[in-house]
Amino acid sequence: MDILLLQQIMIAALKTGTPLLLIALGELVCEKTGVLNLGQEGMMLMGAMAGFAGALYTGNLFLGVTLAILAGMAMSLLFGALSLNLNTNQVATGLALTIFGTGLSSFLGGDLVGSTIDGFKPIAIPLLSDIPFIGPLLFKQDLLVYLSFVLVAASWWVMHKTRVGLTVRAVGENPYSANALGIKVIRVRFLATLFGGAMAGLAGSYMSLAYTPMWMENMTAGRGWIALALVVFASWRIAYLALGAYLFGFASILHLVMQGLGVDISPNLLAMTPYIATIVVMVAISSNALAQKLSTPMSLAKPFDPKVH
Amino acid sequence: MKNTTLLELWNVSKFFPGVVANDNVNLKLHHGEILALLGENGAGKSTLVKMIYGVNKPDQGAILWNQQEVDIHSPNQARAMGIGMVFQHFSVFETLTVLENIELGLDKHFVKGLTDLRQTVVDISEKYELHVEPERYVHSLSIGERQRLEILRCLIQNVKLLILDEPTSVLTPQEVSGLFRVLKRLASEGCSILFISHKLKEVTDLCDRAVILRGGSVSGECIPSQQTPNSIARMMVGQDAQLSASYPKSLNSNVRLETIDLSLAPSHPFGCGLKQVDLQLNVGEIIGIAGVAGNGQEDLLAALSGEDTRAPDHSMQFNGKAIGKLDAGERRRLGMAYVPADRLGQGAVPEMSLSENTLLTNTDKLVKYGFVLSNKLEQLTNKIIKTNTVKCRNRFSQAKSLSGGNLQKFIIGREVEQSPQVLICAHPTWGVDIGAASAIHRQLIELRNSGTAIVVISEDIDELFMICDRIAALYEGNLSKAVATDSTNIEEIGKWIAGGFIHHKEQQHA
Repeated sequence: MDILLLQQIMIAALKTGTPLLLIALGELVCEKTGVLNLGQEGMMLMGAMAGFAGALYTGNLFLGVTLAILAGMAMSLLFGALSLNLNTNQVATGLALTIFGTGLSSFLGGDLVGSTIDGFKPIAIPLLSDIPFIGPLLFKQDLLVYLSFVLVAASWWVMHKTRVGLTVRAVGENPYSANALGIKVIRVRFLATLFGGAMAGLAGSYMSLAYTPMWMENMTAGRGWIALALVVFASWRIAYLALGAYLFGFASILHLVMQGLGVDISPNLLAMTPYIATIVVMVAISSNALAQKLSTPMSLAKPFDPKVH
Repeated sequence: MKNTTLLELWNVSKFFPGVVANDNVNLKLHHGEILALLGENGAGKSTLVKMIYGVNKPDQGAILWNQQEVDIHSPNQARAMGIGMVFQHFSVFETLTVLENIELGLDKHFVKGLTDLRQTVVDISEKYELHVEPERYVHSLSIGERQRLEILRCLIQNVKLLILDEPTSVLTPQEVSGLFRVLKRLASEGCSILFISHKLKEVTDLCDRAVILRGGSVSGECIPSQQTPNSIARMMVGQDAQLSASYPKSLNSNVRLETIDLSLAPSHPFGCGLKQVDLQLNVGEIIGIAGVAGNGQEDLLAALSGEDTRAPDHSMQFNGKAIGKLDAGERRRLGMAYVPADRLGQGAVPEMSLSENTLLTNTDKLVKYGFVLSNKLEQLTNKIIKTNTVKCRNRFSQAKSLSGGNLQKFIIGREVEQSPQVLICAHPTWGVDIGAASAIHRQLIELRNSGTAIVVISEDIDELFMICDRIAALYEGNLSKAVATDSTNIEEIGKWIAGGFIHHKEQQHA
């Protein structure tokens, strides 16, 4: 395999991994406070649809992205109101949200199918993009990819270096102790849920405005579910999450390339490789039981209700 | 100082649906005073202090702070006023470091005003001899260290009132005297202390004054040093309850259950496993295993009960038969019964009725050809309820609707009904009031007198001395030799549960 092909594969892998990374990052922060939102797929679809509609009707990609983020947040607001304020079961509520979002995005986006727009284009950063191999890979991408780099770094910094992050981790480990310290548990969980919704919306807009600039039903193709699995396999660590998302992107592209090269393996089997490769690698790197225990939010999916405690 | 009032409660009441948790409580606390708040479980102590700490709001009455009426609506506000609280179940976060835990409990603006939080923590921990390393993760701390962390967290923000909710129940006697030194020093510097306990001796040692709660209202007040433990206990439980008794000891030599050189790796990351445990349990005796939680009790219980079958077959013997590989059901059929530590969840299914819970461990007797013999089940359940005076509506009451003490009497009664050869009993009276505790003790003694071999694992040394014939201590997975209760004393066992026997044991092995 020559170096140029490898570079092309990696550039494509980065693009494929980016929406996964964005949505998984939002869910990771959300889960760190103990909220399990299985509505990712629904929120992402709503984001993709809203983003595309916004860009199409206003002609402005950034308004499209903003609308996508708002759509994701509106969906998570619904989830939060039900599961956090009314204490409904998080798993059932999340599943319902996915079904709802899938249907609603198809319904509202019916007229959008077949329309086209000019999506986000790669922007080369001067000097940096001239670095051999790495330059075109990291510094000749579209704006949303750059934004994802910033968001990953910022999320890591907030989670590990600030009081906000400390609060998030404390609420996820033991909401009742956090409550006794005067932390407003429901508020923290709600804000994290909204952040998760915003990220899901953003990830959706990446799909419909950058990755494949168009709208069609179910265009996220299960990425919301993969993101949920990725958070667990990354054992709630942001660095591992980024690694996993890009690895998944790499394996997805690789299997397409192998099919193109005419490798004599059933395409159905090849299509499994991204999933298998990602799971094997992630399980291997996060197999340390103590580290696992330390990073797993212990109150995950458990409602917080001080009255019955 | 001691004559000016810091905190005053005026006719404070708190209602929960169907319960009056506090009924017109009046209380006064002076500057620099150590006041004990005494009472049984359910007497309303915790509810009362939670109102002072702003977790709950009083439904009636007023709270006065420095003679001013205040409305404490959150723990944040309480802390800003100078009220600190150490909870019974620690409110520390295991996955954070000591320093991070302290930071979380402090006011944001307060932290910003400090030049160096870490240095402040180190200074105060040195001043009060509360040693904990700031960078350690809390999951690696002992229980005593966690408590020091909680106290430290309160002290940093210049506390004027420190509330401690049963702080000694998880400490070794040596740690308790260390804690008391700190508290007395704090009081001498003008800090008032509200000390919740039901251990009368500690109250006598430490507190200037005691207020006794019963059924949600104040039932008495006294100077503990002028009272006997019995007279205070009377105020706590009322006139008619039967208080602690002493039971004759019994010593036998017929081995019924034995562990031989039993070693197990920890079953979870925060556990400590078992190290070469040799235990011989004789017919008709109660062996007590003392120790502070987290020293291998869970591993030992799981190994004895059969929940954990990793032990080599021969390392555990029942009447000379190797049972290491038998699971819990198979061991039950051999005649081993088990009262787990977790009453609701392991000992009983919370949502099931008492009848159904009876059925769970008596299936051999009560099921024929796959059908439940409902008449027999009814008789047996009613018998358990009656002979053990379990307070409940009837046999259809859900297990979770019973108070801790009543449920425990029921669970032990259920096991006793099988006339087991061995009973493994974990923390029998944890969280149980004095009346129910003595009933449970009598149950166990009766069972012993009928020839059953009993292991009791408990953190309450006084309890073990009262009911056990021999006592051993568990420390970081090591078990000391078992000695006759009459030939030892609380001080010696106190040293053992802090690891004092390890040295002797090594010499013996060498």
